[in-house]
Amino acid sequence: MSLPNQISKILSYFRGPRKTAKVAKERLQIIIAHERGEKNQVDYLALLQKDLLDVISKYVEINQEDVKIELARQDGCSILELNVTLPNLAEKLKKQAETA
Amino acid sequence: MAKIIVVTSGKGGVGKTTTSASFAMGLAMRGFSSVVVDFDIGLRNLDLIMGCERRVVYDFVNVIRGEATLNQALIRDKHVKNLYVLPASQTRDKDALTIEGVTKVMEELSKTHEYIVCDSPAGIEHGAQMAMYFADHAIVVTNPEVSSVRDSDRMLGLLSSKTKRAEEGREPISEHLLLTRYSPKRVNSGDMLSISDVNEILSIPLLGVIPESQAVLRASNSGDPVILDQESDAGQAYLDAVSRFLGEQVPHRFTEEKTHWLKRIFNFKEKETV
Repeated sequence: MSLPNQISKILSYFRGPRKTAKVAKERLQIIIAHERGEKNQVDYLALLQKDLLDVISKYVEINQEDVKIELARQDGCSILELNVTLPNLAEKLKKQAETA
Repeated sequence: MAKIIVVTSGKGGVGKTTTSASFAMGLAMRGFSSVVVDFDIGLRNLDLIMGCERRVVYDFVNVIRGEATLNQALIRDKHVKNLYVLPASQTRDKDALTIEGVTKVMEELSKTHEYIVCDSPAGIEHGAQMAMYFADHAIVVTNPEVSSVRDSDRMLGLLSSKTKRAEEGREPISEHLLLTRYSPKRVNSGDMLSISDVNEILSIPLLGVIPESQAVLRASNSGDPVILDQESDAGQAYLDAVSRFLGEQVPHRFTEEKTHWLKRIFNFKEKETV
């Protein structure tokens, strides 16, 4: 074993326990905080997406994958991002003109 | 009215059945009439741990379906007075535990016993939810290990939402942390979450710490719950936990490594900060 290794080993002995348990604790704190925060949110996003889809379908023909909902969290503030891709109107008008 | 205690964890193999058996027995040893109920339908094991597997005739599901009376299904424990076992069914599926059926059994048990200990199956499915539904107290069995701690946190969430007390808006279930398979040596070497680490993450009162112990396997081998092995560290730790549950002030034991005096001096500073 090299000298620096020996020294760090001796130092770590005096520094006390600082090994995988510390990593475990940090990982747990992060994932548990995340999961506790998620508990109240997770369920309604899918329902909201379905309701929005129903409302938009009353006016335009639209597929489920055209409505995207994402919830982002930034320093205590939640941002709901709604992304709706409307079908190409020009194409639609052209189709209507052809059938007329 | 009996007090209903659920022993739960989410994760399997952390010591729920061992704890249920020892805890119910500990309460009976203190003079309380107790019954321990196995909710793990299809995978019953409490009978083996309690050493009564050859005396099972009728089970929990038989009682729910009216195929046997409760008294026919209850097995009197052969080690101590005041203790009964209600075994799970080994063959039927877990949906046999209807809420009406379980309510009826719990009410009937409440009339004749002071404590009902419910041994929950692993997971968060129907059986586990039935085991916790009626509880007044929850003993959350946790190993000092990442997956167990995370699952325990998940169970705490369910205890505060998916139980009768929560639904009726009554005072919440009182939660107790039981840390099992604890090894002070590994904690000191930095490779195991310490009591304070787990406590900090789950933040529920600590009922007891059961050390990793050879006595636990010996106990299950012979079908005598480990609390009966009063020479052993685990047995004594369970006795202490039962005493604490009954409101007594008992210091925690077996939580420190037996160290050489020289090493103790070197580690003094770290120990203070814990």
